[in-house]
Amino acid sequence: MVEYRFRTPIPEEDARKVRVGDVVYISGTIVTARDAAHRRVLEVLERGEKLPIDLRGLAVYHCGPVIKKVGEEWKVFGGGPTTSTRMEIFEAEFIEKTGVRAVIGKGGMGDRTAEAMKRFGAFYATFPGGASVLAIKAVRRVKDVFWLDLGTPEAMWVLEVENFGPLLVAIDSCGENIHKKVSSRAEERLKEILSKI
Amino acid sequence: MPSAELLEEGLFELVKRTSTRLPDDVLTALKRAYEIEESDLARSQLEALIKDAELALKEGLPICQDTGTPTFFVELGEDFPIRNLRPIFEKVIRRATQEIPLRPNAVNPFTGENSGDNVGRSVPIIHYDIVPGDGLLVRFMPKGGGSANTSRLHMISPGLGIRGVKEAVLKTVFEAGAKPCPPIVVGVGIGGAEDFAMVLAKKALFRRIDDKNPDEKLAKLEEELLTALNSLGIGPMGVGGKVTVLGVKIEWAHRHPASLPVGVCTMCWACRRGMAEFKSDGSYQILMP
Repeated sequence: MVEYRFRTPIPEEDARKVRVGDVVYISGTIVTARDAAHRRVLEVLERGEKLPIDLRGLAVYHCGPVIKKVGEEWKVFGGGPTTSTRMEIFEAEFIEKTGVRAVIGKGGMGDRTAEAMKRFGAFYATFPGGASVLAIKAVRRVKDVFWLDLGTPEAMWVLEVENFGPLLVAIDSCGENIHKKVSSRAEERLKEILSKI
Repeated sequence: MPSAELLEEGLFELVKRTSTRLPDDVLTALKRAYEIEESDLARSQLEALIKDAELALKEGLPICQDTGTPTFFVELGEDFPIRNLRPIFEKVIRRATQEIPLRPNAVNPFTGENSGDNVGRSVPIIHYDIVPGDGLLVRFMPKGGGSANTSRLHMISPGLGIRGVKEAVLKTVFEAGAKPCPPIVVGVGIGGAEDFAMVLAKKALFRRIDDKNPDEKLAKLEEELLTALNSLGIGPMGVGGKVTVLGVKIEWAHRHPASLPVGVCTMCWACRRGMAEFKSDGSYQILMP
């Protein structure tokens, strides 16, 4: 297990050197995107238009924060990860077209995402699900927000973070996938248990 | 006489406490899981969850950013003086969303529009039971989307019997994998019908992790399922480990001869549940958490 500290924009060679089981801390800019924002990113690019923010080298964070305007500024009250599996239908294309180097979430992702990470040089890392108050300790400020019409959980929040982590590398650019491995083992166990009950 | 204002005050406290305090039995179970796990990886996940629950309590913030679909189970006494409860629940949820704050989670399924205040068509969700007496008992469960998505209803052939029930529970938890934020609590509703089995499964989650089913046979079944589920090895956050499930809780009802409904309700580690009792004289007490 190796520990890395990255600052965005993350160079491709850094994204390629992490391996599953490693721990990463990210500083710089991370951008939240859930189902609706993923879809919109791909729609905007499909139309040949520009995204409101250049995502190259940044980290996309599967997160719908608890966030509220206090005076003139947005304040985050909670921000753990959401289930990444839902974004599997978008992520491979998202990585290819935006150039993000890190995808942060929880719950694991599938083969298409792993394949895209291998091809384009990116990794998937998890933060413990539901650890909402712990997660926001790394948030320095809310830099910007786009697409508030999607509602605050689905909008694209641009966050400045300092040492966001520990993030556990769960898919690396070699195609290794922790959650898939655990799931295959569990499937074997399931067969065994079902044969005995 | 209880006034609407007093009821609002008590319900707001119920919602705030439930959203920000992990029940003591759940926290104890997580700490026990930490002792049981051997790998650093599994332990690091549990350590973060315990730390988060402690921070949430200290700072008065929601334990999880998914502050859930506000759901109430109400036992309304026949002689309780206030009858029109929905407007009161809506007002309390709007205030809680603004003040705690909660994340607005009520989305129109057709337009995708978020109502912004956790109030929408049939939301908050309220289940009513009219019971004898002049009191009001309110249970509150703000359950998140991740663990809602992995819950399942199985309508199995009655010929499969209890073996089929076990299989349904095992398959549900296996397929859920890391998605519902394990270690999870599993509520199982056996019997009733296709709607009621799921309500039973969800209501079962109000039971404490450390309680024992008063029915010996069911206590044994819960224990057997817990052991089998934990041998799947999914572990905390699906990184592999010994503790995938903290507890299995079963509720049941008689079934139709042709049906054996098995509702399986998966609940994340942040198993938030609360209960408040209101008396006809206007006083109230928060019973949990």
